[in-house]
Amino acid sequence: MLGRLTIDALPFYSLIAFGGALVTVLGGLAVVAGITWFGWWRTLWSEWLTSVDHKRIGIMYVTLALIMLMRGFIDALMMRSQQAVALNSDGYLPPEHFDQIFSSHGTIMIFFMAMPFLTGLINIVVPQQIGARDVAFPFMNSVSLWLTSAGAGLVMVSLVIGKFSTAGWTGYPPFSGSEYSPGVGVDYWLWAILISGIGSTLTGINFIVTIIKRRAPGMTLMRMPLFTWTALCSSILMTFAFPALTVVCALLVLDRTLGMHFFTNGDGGNMMNYPNLFWLWGHPEVYILILPAFGVYSEVVATFSGKRLFGYTSLVYATAAIAILSFTVWLHHFFTMGASANVNAFFGMATMIIAVPTGVKVFDWLLTMYRGRIIFHSAMLWTLGFIVTFVIGGMTGVLLALPPADYLMHNTTFLVAHFHNMLIPGALFGYFAGYMYWFPKAFGFTLNEQWGVRAFWCWLIGFYLAFMPLYALGFMGMPRRLEHYNMAAWQPYLIAAALGALLILAGLAFLVVQLVVSIQERQQALDLSGDPWNGRTLEWLTASPPAPYNFAVLPQVRDIDAFYEMKARGVAYRRPDRYHDIYMPKNTGAGVILGVLAGLLGFAMIWYIWWMAIAVAVGMWAVIIARAYDDAAEYCLPAGEVEKIEARRYEALASAARTQTAGGRSFFPQQLPEGLT
Amino acid sequence: MTADAFAVGGRNADEPAMPDVYAQRAFGFWLYLMSDAIIFSLLFATYAVMARNNAAGPTGHTLFSLPNAFGETLLLLFSSITFGFATLAMKAGERARMLSWLLITFVLGLAFVGLEIREFHGLVQAGAGPDRSGFLSAFFTLVGTHGLHVSFGLIWILIMASQVMVKGLTAPVTSRCLRLGLFWHFLDIVWVGIFSVVYLPGIL
Repeated sequence: MLGRLTIDALPFYSLIAFGGALVTVLGGLAVVAGITWFGWWRTLWSEWLTSVDHKRIGIMYVTLALIMLMRGFIDALMMRSQQAVALNSDGYLPPEHFDQIFSSHGTIMIFFMAMPFLTGLINIVVPQQIGARDVAFPFMNSVSLWLTSAGAGLVMVSLVIGKFSTAGWTGYPPFSGSEYSPGVGVDYWLWAILISGIGSTLTGINFIVTIIKRRAPGMTLMRMPLFTWTALCSSILMTFAFPALTVVCALLVLDRTLGMHFFTNGDGGNMMNYPNLFWLWGHPEVYILILPAFGVYSEVVATFSGKRLFGYTSLVYATAAIAILSFTVWLHHFFTMGASANVNAFFGMATMIIAVPTGVKVFDWLLTMYRGRIIFHSAMLWTLGFIVTFVIGGMTGVLLALPPADYLMHNTTFLVAHFHNMLIPGALFGYFAGYMYWFPKAFGFTLNEQWGVRAFWCWLIGFYLAFMPLYALGFMGMPRRLEHYNMAAWQPYLIAAALGALLILAGLAFLVVQLVVSIQERQQALDLSGDPWNGRTLEWLTASPPAPYNFAVLPQVRDIDAFYEMKARGVAYRRPDRYHDIYMPKNTGAGVILGVLAGLLGFAMIWYIWWMAIAVAVGMWAVIIARAYDDAAEYCLPAGEVEKIEARRYEALASAARTQTAGGRSFFPQQLPEGLT
Repeated sequence: MTADAFAVGGRNADEPAMPDVYAQRAFGFWLYLMSDAIIFSLLFATYAVMARNNAAGPTGHTLFSLPNAFGETLLLLFSSITFGFATLAMKAGERARMLSWLLITFVLGLAFVGLEIREFHGLVQAGAGPDRSGFLSAFFTLVGTHGLHVSFGLIWILIMASQVMVKGLTAPVTSRCLRLGLFWHFLDIVWVGIFSVVYLPGIL
């Protein structure tokens, strides 16, 4: 009846596992109780869960990312503390548990922290940057969100029911095959990323169409803001790389569930095909994560230097070149598999070549700052911290790109240090910069600056303290994923790394404090103008938070810095003569229902509950088919209604202008909006 | 497969330069087909890598039947032609003629799936199931994925036939039918690949 699900799946076998399960369950119950206590269920359902508004979907994505960041970071803290104490002793984590922790840490940070974070930022910002009212396929957007959430949900469920994979976040066979990992762990991992991966493919398709087809009049491709460019390249990579992940996961599922022989050791399996398929997705994925962060840095550096981005064209070409080259380097993840020297040499060279456009970008950002009036806003601090730190990570990457050197350093903590050095400053710092930069756009008030700066310094110093020792340890020969060791010389470095992790914990705590303080003091930090940083691109033309339709009248674009140019001409806040009816997509519960069903399908397949899998699959088809008959998925917002909303917007603008002339709180002087005083 | 179920457009008659929502859906569907083509190409590549890994078990030479594969090919290619006739009838606004061509397409597609199920069943009976060897795993997965796509296409044909009957040839319905056409012809092209990469070399 319940497949292989029995009472033994509950984690009563270990105190730490039980504690983790307890925290998960109690946390979930606390959220449910809180929503019930405040009576938020109806609002939550009708305004948020069923919403197809890109801004709300974006906010939900970022919320998911921040929650999963906490979870993934607790994993990191456990690993660092285990390694700090496990010299000639077992430490406090048994090997099997330690293996689950490093597997879930990587899986969560890539799929359920970084992916939702960047997708959320793209959702909130890109339609506004291109002067659009929504994405091309708002319902599909909601489906993507809920498929991603279903995957994240499965990872959380694995804390309570059953165990997670011990095969690492890459899940290489034959270890991840049923012969060596017969439990449900690998299945949890597979179904979580299969389901969320389909969501990412749909996101990619959605944003390619949105960016190609929905730009405001006058916005040619070479006038698109750089964040939009990076979002476009990232979406193209999502659409064409994620199918590889889908294939490789599906094949491993077939091996494990139906006893096929794709990656088995015997019976005609070919396990070398797995790393090839996996990294055919995995390397473009690195750029899916990093390119949008590059876009954020480009926006932030131009805004807070008060200058047009230096070398816009070269940045666009560099972004596109990176996107294309990202498909040509996947083999550098397994030089040691033993392809011929010539094959390794080709991929080594391709890897070094990809550093060139990245270097171009670094110079463009530096030259944007050159002679600019730099304002050291927290978003700018993340950017500066990124530039310095990322260059170090890039150089260790070029080192690893040499196959002979890679043979020595592969599978050591040098590699761990290298990719954290790319992804923490390269991606995460960018997401944080975007979070602090666009927060007022999403919520209508700015974040507390002091706590943001404190969080930044903790993260930056903590990062160096946590990962520089790992470079040294790698040279000393310490393998990655080590549960305990007997080399006394390693311990001081591992203790330093653990201290670094604690500092990052403080940084994470300060981010929470920043959010709480900012919400409490929001009345003093309201963003009435919609343009708190003297912005240059179109997202700052809308109100903060924007009306559902973003733009009552679609803007006319004449320049790369479209909004800045409109402000300079004095037309940015001109009232239109008349308003038109606006058609917007209706909210629908179909997306969230599909997400829940997909999560249940994954659960049923993990535990071999076949009747449930069939029932859920039929249910999903029923929802999709029912939706296919719906030709009235839009509602009309009448011109009168639009006028009322816009009148309130102009009142807020006038009040912003008055505060400004009265010398009130403003981040920095701004000569606009004109003519409203 | 009803990808348009995901699609919603914003339009405003008074506003200039708003791109056609149906063009957006068509473009989105092309992108979906391209990502699906990557799934198939990776399955083809996997098959090519594993075609000789028969683990001392049966090979394509003894398992595949040319008449069967040829029959499947004819059914699918003719179903593409009949779908083309349905599209022509739709463009001419002849609802009844379109429905009858859709019905013929459906029958041909169903016969194709039937032949495939018969072939798979026979193989499993003969001890050549997907768990026999790496070669058979790759064969069943590649051909089966195509067969699943055709089956989803059959469901979609039924849905579109019912929409044509109930809603008539409205703009959303015809745009969906055009995308179904893209999907159906795409599966034809994939089948030509399967016939030439899997069956012909296997038999010859």
